[in-house]
Parts: sequence; C-alpha cells; structure tokens
Amino acid sequence: MSLTLSEVEHIAELARLKLTDEEKQRFRQQLSEILEYAERLQAVDTSHLPPATAQPAAPSVLRPDVPGPCLELIDVLANAPQSESGQFRVPPVLEQEP
Amino acid sequence: MTGLTELGVYQSLEALERGDCSSRELTLAFLERSQRLEPEMHAYITPTPELALQMAEAADQRRRAWKRDAAPSQALPGLLGLPVALKDVLTLKGVRCTCGSRILENFVPPFTGTAVQRLLDAGVVVTGKTNMDEFAMGSSTENSGYGPTRNPWDLTRVPGGSSGGSAAAVAGRMVPAALGTDTGGSVRQPASFCGVTGIKPTYGRVSRYGLVAFGSSLDTVGVLAHSAEDAALIFTHLAGYDLRDATSLDVPVPHMALRLQEGNLNGLRVGVPEEYFINGIQPEVEACIRQAIEVLHGLGAEIKPVSLPHTAEALPVYYLIAPAEASANLARYDGVRYGLREPADSLQEVFFNSRGKGFGPEVKRRIMLGTYALSAGYYDAYYGQAQRVRTLIRDDFTQAFQAVDVIAAPVAPSTAFRLGEHGDDPLAMYLEDVFTLPANLAGVPGLAFPVGFDLQGLPVGMQLMGAHFREDLLFKVGHAYQLATDWHTRSPALA
Repeated sequence: MSLTLSEVEHIAELARLKLTDEEKQRFRQQLSEILEYAERLQAVDTSHLPPATAQPAAPSVLRPDVPGPCLELIDVLANAPQSESGQFRVPPVLEQEP
Repeated sequence: MTGLTELGVYQSLEALERGDCSSRELTLAFLERSQRLEPEMHAYITPTPELALQMAEAADQRRRAWKRDAAPSQALPGLLGLPVALKDVLTLKGVRCTCGSRILENFVPPFTGTAVQRLLDAGVVVTGKTNMDEFAMGSSTENSGYGPTRNPWDLTRVPGGSSGGSAAAVAGRMVPAALGTDTGGSVRQPASFCGVTGIKPTYGRVSRYGLVAFGSSLDTVGVLAHSAEDAALIFTHLAGYDLRDATSLDVPVPHMALRLQEGNLNGLRVGVPEEYFINGIQPEVEACIRQAIEVLHGLGAEIKPVSLPHTAEALPVYYLIAPAEASANLARYDGVRYGLREPADSLQEVFFNSRGKGFGPEVKRRIMLGTYALSAGYYDAYYGQAQRVRTLIRDDFTQAFQAVDVIAAPVAPSTAFRLGEHGDDPLAMYLEDVFTLPANLAGVPGLAFPVGFDLQGLPVGMQLMGAHFREDLLFKVGHAYQLATDWHTRSPALA
C-alpha cells in the first residue's frame, strides 16, 4: 500500500489540515508504512461476523428528555477566540462577490 | 514529621486521621519536593500549588470541625486532605486544560468532569495537571506540546505514555496518587516503565464526562498509585454510573477494602497466554513475569496456559479504529468556539490554518490515518474489517475467562526506552503497545504493577487482565502479590 502525494493532499483536505510540503512528503511515506502493516488484517476471515459493538453489555441508553441547567452564556463564550453580542464571531463563511 | 513524601494513599490518610500531620503539612511536603524535582522531571504541565494549599487548608478546617463535634451527623469524606494529581486531559473548572496540545494552550474549562468531581467530593487536594502525549496519542510523553517528561529511574529515559506525567509524579514521590487515562495502554505502560501500580478499569466503569475525547469506544479513566490497595481505594471513589456519560454502565461498585483481606489465592485460576511471550521480548522482562507467576502459584493460585489467538491482530486493529475515532473527535478543534484560532479571511482558512498550526505531528498523522480509514471507498476494507476483527479479539477473552479468573502477562516487551530512541518512526513507537491494546479493544480491566528490575535497574511491570467489572479480583491478586513481595515499595534514587 503506497499513497501518492495527491492522495495525501486529498486526505488533508478532508481533515481540514494545512500541511507543509515537507509534512506531506513525510506523511506519505509514514502513512504508507502503517497502512502496509495494517494490510495483514485482510488475511483474517471475517465473512461470518458482525462488526464489534463498543460496550461489553451494549445496552441501548436513553434518558428522559427533561430540561435542566446548562452552562451560562458568559462561561461558554469565555474561551471563544472572538465573540460579539453573545455569539461566536467568525470570518465570512461564503465567498464574497468580487 | 519527616519523610511525609514517602507516604502512599492509605498511609497519608492514616497520618491525617491520627493527627500526625495536617493536610497542609502533607501537601507542602509534596509541593516542595515537586518544586525541587520539576526542572529535571517535568511531570506537570500546570502545577497548582496555590489551589492545593487552599484545598488543604479547607480540608484541615473540615477535619478540625468534625473532631470538635461531639456527635457528627456524617463521616468525613474518604480521601479528605489527600494530594492527588490529574492528567491534563480531565477538566477541572477554572484550571486550564491543555491535553498536551498547543491548540488548547489557553483553554480554561467552564465545568469539572465527573471523575474529578467525585474525587473532589471525597476531599482530595489537587496538586496540578500532569504532562501527557498530545491528546493522549503516544507511548512516551515525547509527543507533548510542552516538552517531554523524564523517567525518575533514569532521566535519560521516557516515563512511558501517554499518562507519563502522572506515572513519573507518583514514582518520584511528588504526589501519592494521580489520575491517568488508558485508551491503548496509557495507564498501564507508564506504570510499568515507572515502577508504580496502575488500573485501567472496565470500559464504562468510570464516567468520561469531562474527559477530552480521543477514541470513544476505547477511552477509560484510571488511577496510578504505589500499590494495589492504594489504587483500589481511589478507584472505589471514582467508579460508578453517571447520567452524563451515555457509555457509563449502571453496575454496582463493591468497596474494595483490601486491608482486611488475606493474601492467599487458593482456588484462583491464573491464565498465562503464550501469545504474550513472543520473540523480541526483553529476556529480563520475561524472566520477571515468569517469576511473578511463580509467586502467585506459591500463594495458592492454579497456573494454566490459555490462548488469545488474535493477539497479533490487536495492533493493526487498534491503529485503524483509534485514529478513525480520533479524526471524528478532533474535528471539534476548528478555531471557532475555543482553542487556537489562526486569523484568516475566510472560515475555511480558519479551520485549515488553526488545525495545521495547533496540532503536533503525531496528532496530524493519526487524524490523517483515521480520515483515510473512514473515507469513501476504503471504509469497509479498513475500518469495517478492523471492527470485525475486534469481535474476534473480544471473543478470545470471553473464551479465556471461561477457563481462568485472571490473565497474567507482560505490560510491554521491554523496559523504558531512551528519549528520542524511536525518532521519527511512528510504527516502531506503536509496537510498544502490542500487549496493552487487546484489553482496550475487548473493554476488559487491567492492573499493572512492578514485579522486578532489569539489569539496568529499570522497573518491569506485569499486568493482570480480568473479565468485565472484575477490578475487585485484579486488586485482590495484586494486593496478595504485594503482601508477598516488596518491588512496589522501591523508590528511584532522586536528589
């Protein structure tokens, strides 16, 4: 399993990660090695199996939908890089008209 | 009173109860030692000495009031005045929580997680937030964004990871006990490398509300301390159902009063899995484990070979599932609501730039790996296949626990390695986890404790694994072993 540079760039795009050229080259090589190692799983016959579930007892957990106390707005916004009028402030989401 | 920093959990609580020392004196002793050792060890990311002294004084006040009261209506909290350190992945309201990452350098959590709250309710004094691999991804604490922690037994070596700061702080007697987390061995492996006792509970046993998420089907909150009985006492306070964690399980937690138990193991069946004694294991590690199994035999246990045939598959399974879950969990670090924001002209660029700058190399690598394993066209071959093989690993344990009560095995193939030894070779680092990953994939509990030293004087750790919810049995066996041996009482020769 050997990844190409454009595959690495595609994964970084999906993961919303800005990588340097040096990082792309290094990850291409390292991820290829790890995926090659993982190839050995393909040899295990699992055709008869369902996927594992996360929990030992795996009950379906539901709780009553009752309103309760939550964090104060001022506490929620305290860690925001930028906030305004009780909201998170971000740069434009959509491209601006030229 | 001299030698306060020699005290473990029970000893500290007994000294406080007898009035041999106050919590303030005890806490000060640990803080002073920490301050002296920190420049070399770097066990903490954020020490909280002022908070600790405030909490200690409050604990002393409470104890004095209780003693003055002729007929107190309730008992004192079980851990009142005990200094404890917290891995910097658990939130404590008002104290910054970095997770070892620069992306959370200035994050001050607005709430306290359940595990921490339970300890606060039990009366502990928080000495600080300990160092860790960034987002708990690593086996050496070298991946911390704040510099590595060093092993108190040899400062040129790693303490293990990712709870390396917690393990080093306990081993260096900077604190009697600490919380850690274990997603793929992050409590047990550093416990082994630093010669302390560490419990990785059953999945779902300890609430993860307020634990920064890494691998949600694997993450557990555990304890590092000097002995099985010390870890058991803290675990008893920590464990239990929590409405705020959907994966928390409502199973009763027995109080583990090990002090009253005898040290014989008559009738106990100990399984020894051949798959854990592979080529490449350090000979002294194997010798120490075999010797420790003999000790258990001498205490009355029956030793039986067992097979966990899919052990070798645990590594590739884990390194697909954990990164996949991490890539989803870490999507939240987008520079919008909290954490680092790199200024940019568009929101898209904020995402890319903040994550590109804020995450370290191992975290980026795992996000990439996980994203790939989950991406269209590869999902079934990688993530799907890994999940199915995980079922086989769990079935191995289910079968084994029909024949034996506990499984004894090495924690890691070798003792603590040198800082920088694995350089920029992630796969070599992942191989360090080969013996700890299966318990996480199966959700079973594991207890690691010291069973000897190698020729260089580095601690060797053994782990006992048990069936779901049988932490009590692991503690009992660990305690019996520690009554018969004194490895757990050894301390590194630090200045």
